[in-house]
Amino acid sequence: MAAAGSPDVFLVAVSGQIESGQFPGFDDLYCKFCFVYGQDWVPTAGLEEGISQITSKSDAANSTLVWNFPIDITFKSTNPSGWPQIVVSVYGPDFFGNDVVRGYGAVHVPIMPGRHMRTIPMFVPESTSRLQKFTSWFTGRRPEFTDPRVVAQGEGREVTRVRSQGFVTISFNVVTKDMKKLGYEVTPSDMQNHSLVSVTEGIHNY
Amino acid sequence: MDCSEESRMIIMEDSLDEDPAQAEKLKRTLTAHRHRRKKPLREAAGAPEPPPEEGSPASMAAAPPGAAHQAPRGLPPVPSASRTGFAEFSVRERMREKLKAARSKAESTLLQEDPSPRPRRLKSIREKKTEVRLDKESDKDEFREMQEDESHISSKVKFHDSAKKPKQKTSVQNDFPSAEETYKFFTFDFDSEAERVKAGIRKKNELNHEEEAEEEEDVETHEEGQEEDETDEDAHLVKDDDLFDLGQTAQDFLVVKPAECESYSEQLQREKEFLFIPSMQAVPASQKMPGNMQPRFLEDEGLYTGERPFVPPSNLNILENRILRQEQGKEWFGDDGKILALPNPIKQSLTRPPIFSLEEGIEPELETLYRKAIKVTAASQYLVGPGDFQGPFQLDIDISGLIFTHHPCFSREHVLAAKLAQLYDQYLARKQKNLTTLLTDKLHALRNAVQCSIDGGDAAVPKPVAQQSIPEYKIEIRQTRRLRDAEQEKDRTLLKTIIKVWKEMKSLRDFQKFTNTPMKLYLRKEEVDQRLDEKAYEAEIQDEINELLEECREEYEKKMEEYETELQEWKSWKKAQKSKKKKKKKDLREEEESVDDCDFGEEPVKPIPPKMVNSLEIEQQAREKADNLRRKPGEPVLIPELVLSGSITPSELCPRAEVLRREDVKKRSSFIKVLFNSKEVSRTVTRPISSDFRVHFGQIFNLQIFNWPESVKLQIYETVGISSTTLLAEVFIPIPETTVLTGSTPIEEIEFSSNQRVMLDHEGVGSGVSFSFEADGSNKMTLMTSGKVSNSVSWAVGEKGVPLIPPVSQQNTGIASALKNIDAIASIGTSGLTDMKKLAKWAAEAKLDPNDPNNAALMQLITVATSGEARVPDFFRLEQLQQEFNFVSDEELNRSKRFRLLQLRNAEVAEFRNYKPVPLHEREISEKLFQDYEKRLRERDVTDSKHYLDAHRAIVANYLQKVQESVINRFLVAKHHFLLSDLVNEEEIPSLGILGLSIFKLAEPKRPLKPRRKERKKVTAQNLSDGDIKLLVNIIRAYDIPVRKTVSKLQQPSRHSRPFNEMFAASPSAQSPGENIDWVFNQVLVRPFVEVSFQRTVCRTTTAEGPNPNWNEELELPFRAPNGDYSSHSLQSVKDEVFINLFDEVLYDIGEDDHERGSGIHTRVERHWLGCVKIPFTTIYFQARIDGTFKVDIPPVLLGYSKEKNLGNDRGYDSVRNLSEGSYITLFITIEPQLIPGESVREKFDTQEDEKLLQAAAKYEAECTSKFPSRQCLTTVVDLSGKSVFITRYIKPLNPPQELLDAHPNSSQTTAELVARYVALIPFLPDSVSFAGICDLWSTSDQFLDLLAGDEEEHAVLLCNYFLGMGKKAWLIIGNAIPEGATAYVLTLEQNQYAIWNPSTGCFYGQFDTFCPLQNVYCLISCDNIWFNIQEYDSPVRINFDISKPKLWKSFFSRSLPYPGFCSVQPEELIYQDSDKAAVAELQGRIEKILKEKIMDWRPRHLTRWNRYCTSTLRHFLPLLEQNQGKDVEDDHQAELQKQLGDYRVSGFPIHMPFSEVGPLVEAVRSTGVHTIDVSNVEFALAVYVHAYPQNVLSVWIYVASLVRNQ
Repeated sequence: MAAAGSPDVFLVAVSGQIESGQFPGFDDLYCKFCFVYGQDWVPTAGLEEGISQITSKSDAANSTLVWNFPIDITFKSTNPSGWPQIVVSVYGPDFFGNDVVRGYGAVHVPIMPGRHMRTIPMFVPESTSRLQKFTSWFTGRRPEFTDPRVVAQGEGREVTRVRSQGFVTISFNVVTKDMKKLGYEVTPSDMQNHSLVSVTEGIHNY
Repeated sequence: MDCSEESRMIIMEDSLDEDPAQAEKLKRTLTAHRHRRKKPLREAAGAPEPPPEEGSPASMAAAPPGAAHQAPRGLPPVPSASRTGFAEFSVRERMREKLKAARSKAESTLLQEDPSPRPRRLKSIREKKTEVRLDKESDKDEFREMQEDESHISSKVKFHDSAKKPKQKTSVQNDFPSAEETYKFFTFDFDSEAERVKAGIRKKNELNHEEEAEEEEDVETHEEGQEEDETDEDAHLVKDDDLFDLGQTAQDFLVVKPAECESYSEQLQREKEFLFIPSMQAVPASQKMPGNMQPRFLEDEGLYTGERPFVPPSNLNILENRILRQEQGKEWFGDDGKILALPNPIKQSLTRPPIFSLEEGIEPELETLYRKAIKVTAASQYLVGPGDFQGPFQLDIDISGLIFTHHPCFSREHVLAAKLAQLYDQYLARKQKNLTTLLTDKLHALRNAVQCSIDGGDAAVPKPVAQQSIPEYKIEIRQTRRLRDAEQEKDRTLLKTIIKVWKEMKSLRDFQKFTNTPMKLYLRKEEVDQRLDEKAYEAEIQDEINELLEECREEYEKKMEEYETELQEWKSWKKAQKSKKKKKKKDLREEEESVDDCDFGEEPVKPIPPKMVNSLEIEQQAREKADNLRRKPGEPVLIPELVLSGSITPSELCPRAEVLRREDVKKRSSFIKVLFNSKEVSRTVTRPISSDFRVHFGQIFNLQIFNWPESVKLQIYETVGISSTTLLAEVFIPIPETTVLTGSTPIEEIEFSSNQRVMLDHEGVGSGVSFSFEADGSNKMTLMTSGKVSNSVSWAVGEKGVPLIPPVSQQNTGIASALKNIDAIASIGTSGLTDMKKLAKWAAEAKLDPNDPNNAALMQLITVATSGEARVPDFFRLEQLQQEFNFVSDEELNRSKRFRLLQLRNAEVAEFRNYKPVPLHEREISEKLFQDYEKRLRERDVTDSKHYLDAHRAIVANYLQKVQESVINRFLVAKHHFLLSDLVNEEEIPSLGILGLSIFKLAEPKRPLKPRRKERKKVTAQNLSDGDIKLLVNIIRAYDIPVRKTVSKLQQPSRHSRPFNEMFAASPSAQSPGENIDWVFNQVLVRPFVEVSFQRTVCRTTTAEGPNPNWNEELELPFRAPNGDYSSHSLQSVKDEVFINLFDEVLYDIGEDDHERGSGIHTRVERHWLGCVKIPFTTIYFQARIDGTFKVDIPPVLLGYSKEKNLGNDRGYDSVRNLSEGSYITLFITIEPQLIPGESVREKFDTQEDEKLLQAAAKYEAECTSKFPSRQCLTTVVDLSGKSVFITRYIKPLNPPQELLDAHPNSSQTTAELVARYVALIPFLPDSVSFAGICDLWSTSDQFLDLLAGDEEEHAVLLCNYFLGMGKKAWLIIGNAIPEGATAYVLTLEQNQYAIWNPSTGCFYGQFDTFCPLQNVYCLISCDNIWFNIQEYDSPVRINFDISKPKLWKSFFSRSLPYPGFCSVQPEELIYQDSDKAAVAELQGRIEKILKEKIMDWRPRHLTRWNRYCTSTLRHFLPLLEQNQGKDVEDDHQAELQKQLGDYRVSGFPIHMPFSEVGPLVEAVRSTGVHTIDVSNVEFALAVYVHAYPQNVLSVWIYVASLVRNQ
């Protein structure tokens, strides 16, 4: 293959975990994740999709559901367009014990290498009418996206109505390879030597 | 409250036992009490403090007098009403039980015993119930314990006594009421009043709000009164011992007068006097506007008015009414008659980001964050960058003084003095510049120069150069002279005015007899030498005269020239005229009229020669001018001198008015505020205005600053006396350049003026007031307060001599002064607004806030301007930001292969739609990638006949491709429109029917005997990948498979094609059973199996035996979407077909000799193709499942096989068998998982149909589908140009090719079949493949014949039209068939029988044919109507085709909507071109060659031998087959071949296909597997015959055979 001097692809390795979620009023939730990426991206290692355990709220830490579900995936790509996004969807039982969706959310994998925390606001599609809402509540078959990947794309979203519902916190550890060699600068030049603490802190505060 | 209630309960229970009657009475009073108490309770929400009476009556009733004293004080506040209710009920219940138990207990125990258990338990009950009241518990306990102590010991006795007492009392009539009676009276009276008030409230609730509000107040006052009453009562109660006044009733007080109470209306009346209630009525605009003004609406005039904040109209009306009551209320209303209001400050959207906390237990809003303290620096854009000298910079503002050039307190003399001073200043300034002398000198110099060059004295200058410069000099001289004259004139007039003003002033002083100003003007005369002066004067005049003369001469010459040319023209014209006249005179006799015409022609005026100007005249002019402008020779030069040495008349000597003025001046003083960046930083001391209207401040302000100043402003204030301070004017001071340093700056004077209007009652002339110097008041003048501030602004110098100036980097912003920041017009002038360059520059410099919506209009300009140095492009750009984002030029971008690839992929160009991944480097992209694409682009217009074997097909293919492309492009756009159902899965609301059905389902058996296939969950094709989708083919059974024939076989009488009537006859058997008997025994079994091939994957079943095999096997074939794109769009365009081939497995014993045969079996398996069924993938995709019995496409001749229906004859159900002619196979095909077929494009098409018709069609369709949702109702279809067309327009009788009609002139049935065959021969091209996702496109019959491609609809329409043209009764059937799905068939009425024609195969079926592929009939369409099937069933077997019955068929056009008579979209007549026989012959040869090559290619490891004899024999058969339409010729072939070839085992068959391309032919041959035979000595034979029908419709026959020589 190509010599070490001129790589053909750059690599983005993402590890981290889906740490916790805050879904006031809901309990016993589990989450699924999958990565959505552009055409020029290929996952080379790791899991593209996953489903977590069911977690319940503890008495001590109120309203936080902890999954600590690890994610670990490596992508290779030739094109930063279509940068991978993680799509998280959370499910749990409703009043009648039916498994219903509690939230969808997506966020881009951080572009900068380093450790990042992301808090994703989650949302669920709304029923089209009150009667629908009632019947869906009653039957336990609430509106869901045909594909969770919908939340990672902008196209066609205008036809939906959603309600926000909770947050999910994800930590990412991002390592990139050969990005700079290929001419993609992701870290500001003066930032390179500094610690990334301030950045993550800023995200935290947000 | 609870407490009291409880105690009351206890009493009640106790008393119940004692004396029921008494208890009854007690109860009554208690209810009265409670009733009374309830009322305040209801309003308790508003009254936190309980009225003191709350607990008292009850406790009084309960407790003995002693206890009652303490009880009320310790009571808790009132709990809410509802709780009381609850407590009441439950407590009552519990207490009753408890008390019963306790009483019995108490009776049994001693009275003195401590009754502790009861209170304990009571308490516990209470605790359970009211946690909230825990804090009050102690109080209650106290009280209760007390109560219990006393009541328990002696309650019975005491109660009894106390209850009796009042009873006795009341029975005795007292003359005056006792204390209790008064108490009762009051309570009673109050009760009733309270009731009344309540009633009043209820009644007035219906009145409007304002009154209600008032009423509430009213009620409150009542309550207050009430409270007072009750405290009164309390006082009474405390004193009183006899509480149990139970017997008293209302009757006891009848004699008493009612308490005074004023009626509510009276009260209102009284309140009206001092209360104002603003009305809620809208105020008419006329009231709001001052003096009959019409309201103007700024918004309508195009001015921007912000959105007003929302105030409810009623509140607004109240506010307006309120304001109008006030004085000057109208000031609050704007021009539009609305209350003045700022625009709504509320933003529409939230700007604050959501807050969420990561900390636990802390509200996110309250979470604290540690931030390191930082030095706050103000507005960033003016901030000095870090690292520079940070220290405070210093700006020194020196305000030395103020001089008024006009002031209200000016006397007339002052006005003149100021004028004089001003003029003098002007004079001085002019004198300093001394323009006149300057110009005069220049003039002299120029004259000298001219003189010199004319004389040619200067040798240094070459002549021509000098000559050339003379005219230039002369022009210069003229200009200079003009300028000098103007200046001289100004000088002179200025001098004159000064003198005039001075004279006026002197006369004024004389007139008013005092002087106010020390001003004096001296005129100094400077004597001149008259002679010299005169000389110079004269010389000057002479010079001027000369020059003027010269000028005039030049002008004259010029004019002369002009004149001459004009004269020439005129002369020539004249000549022409004359010659014309002459001519006319000759023609006069003939054409008299023309003479008139000639005269009308315009006659050029004869030019007048210019006059030479008289030199005398010029001299006179020059002299006159000199007189006016210049000092006369000898006249002394006047030099004015203004001095301030005059004495001012002291005040004592002045008249009173003047004294007043002077006093007024003394009262006035003034000060100046210094504003830095619009903030006041300091102000000067207040100094009185001196009598000469000068104020001296002499103050220097040192402003220490951090940022570059935006503005420095001075505000001049004037104070009169001690009281009022008025702002006279604001002056902006320019921010000094960096070079301006303290110490080196001159004092500058900045003028200001104020528009204040002041009128004074003394000598002062005021300001803004007109006054006059003349006695008669004429020549009025109005002066405004004005003056000059003398100041200087400079940068300070620091200790080390460093100037304290913000760094140079900031200087640029500094140039854009504060003024510029504020207003564009102020900085660049109005003309600048049209000058784009200036405006852009200003915009760039002004640093406008880009987020300010006020600047929005300018921001675009600024973005343009910032791209270059205020460079304004000379073009208009819609996307003005585009260029900024172009990081390389377009050409470079186009050159880059990578970008091109990305662009093409993004544009979803077919070749690149799913290309991935795009390489990172340019070098990795090969040129090849684009070659195909470029080739396609190139060849779009160039038809390549080579590829298609037939020029016409090439053109058609080309055309189709273009249509397809445009349609696909449209589709791609539509694909990006989403519906909710595309994105969100939502359960539908279960209707009542579904609910009922699901209930019904509960009852159905869990494992039914005949299970039905369940609907599976559908999967959207988005998240699928390779291998996820499988094609399931369930092969169940087959009927009537051809069987092998022994070589020596009986000749079968060849059957003739059945006539219609035979077909419908119940028993059409033409065979006699007797003939077959021995044959049956000879028969060799057929061992059929089925092979399914799809996308080059092949799967086969096991081998079954016999002609009616039963496999019942499921085959699973993987499905791969093109390019791995599983979107519905891509799936629709999958062109692959599922081939279901029926083979016979033949075992041949190949043992060479008997010796071998003994030891083992050595056989070879051969398979012989029997027939096939082809099902396109798209059909499966759209249908989701295909279930049914299909006719196997069996070639007309199968060498070695026969399709005799022999078995049936023995078994006796031949009648059933004979209904079918061919072989049939039962299949079930589906896709796993089930895919949701893509929906047709939701697009409204253009149409030329009448709107009414379309509405009717929509209505009709809606009606039909509501009744039968599964039946398709078709009224409008889309034609090739994408327009909706009413469907009946497609049906029109058309002429079939004459050739076909002539073929069988005497048999209409044969002709019909031939026509159907002709139509079927036109190649089939499903819309869904070519126009993926688009609804059906219908082409007209001529288009169809031109294109020679179309799907079922086109075929059906053409066939229907042909039948109509042949005089048959025919309709188009819209229905559902297998395997096509929704399709169109043709229905004809033949001899009272209905026949259903399949247009794509040319076959016809009787209505009651069970194997008819048409399954459902939805609509019938004729040329003038549409009938929708409203019968219960839609299977053709079960319905009645009689369209005249409205109960069975719902027609579109009926009596209410008659058929308007449409013109058809079809042509009048079809014109057929004869096919080119030569071309057909050539095609035939080429096909044969290609196929032979292919077969050899497919057998790479074997030698392929071609048997020439056989081929030529086969070639002879083919035309015959064509003639007979492939019917009943097989036996001849077999015999013939046998005869020709001798001992060969021949297996082969002819394939018949319509011709479109070579590809399908090759595929068909390949699928038969003829080539797979691997016997070493096999020989092949292949013959092709192409028969041409008119209009290039080609029927292709391919005869393939394999021959094995028998040993």
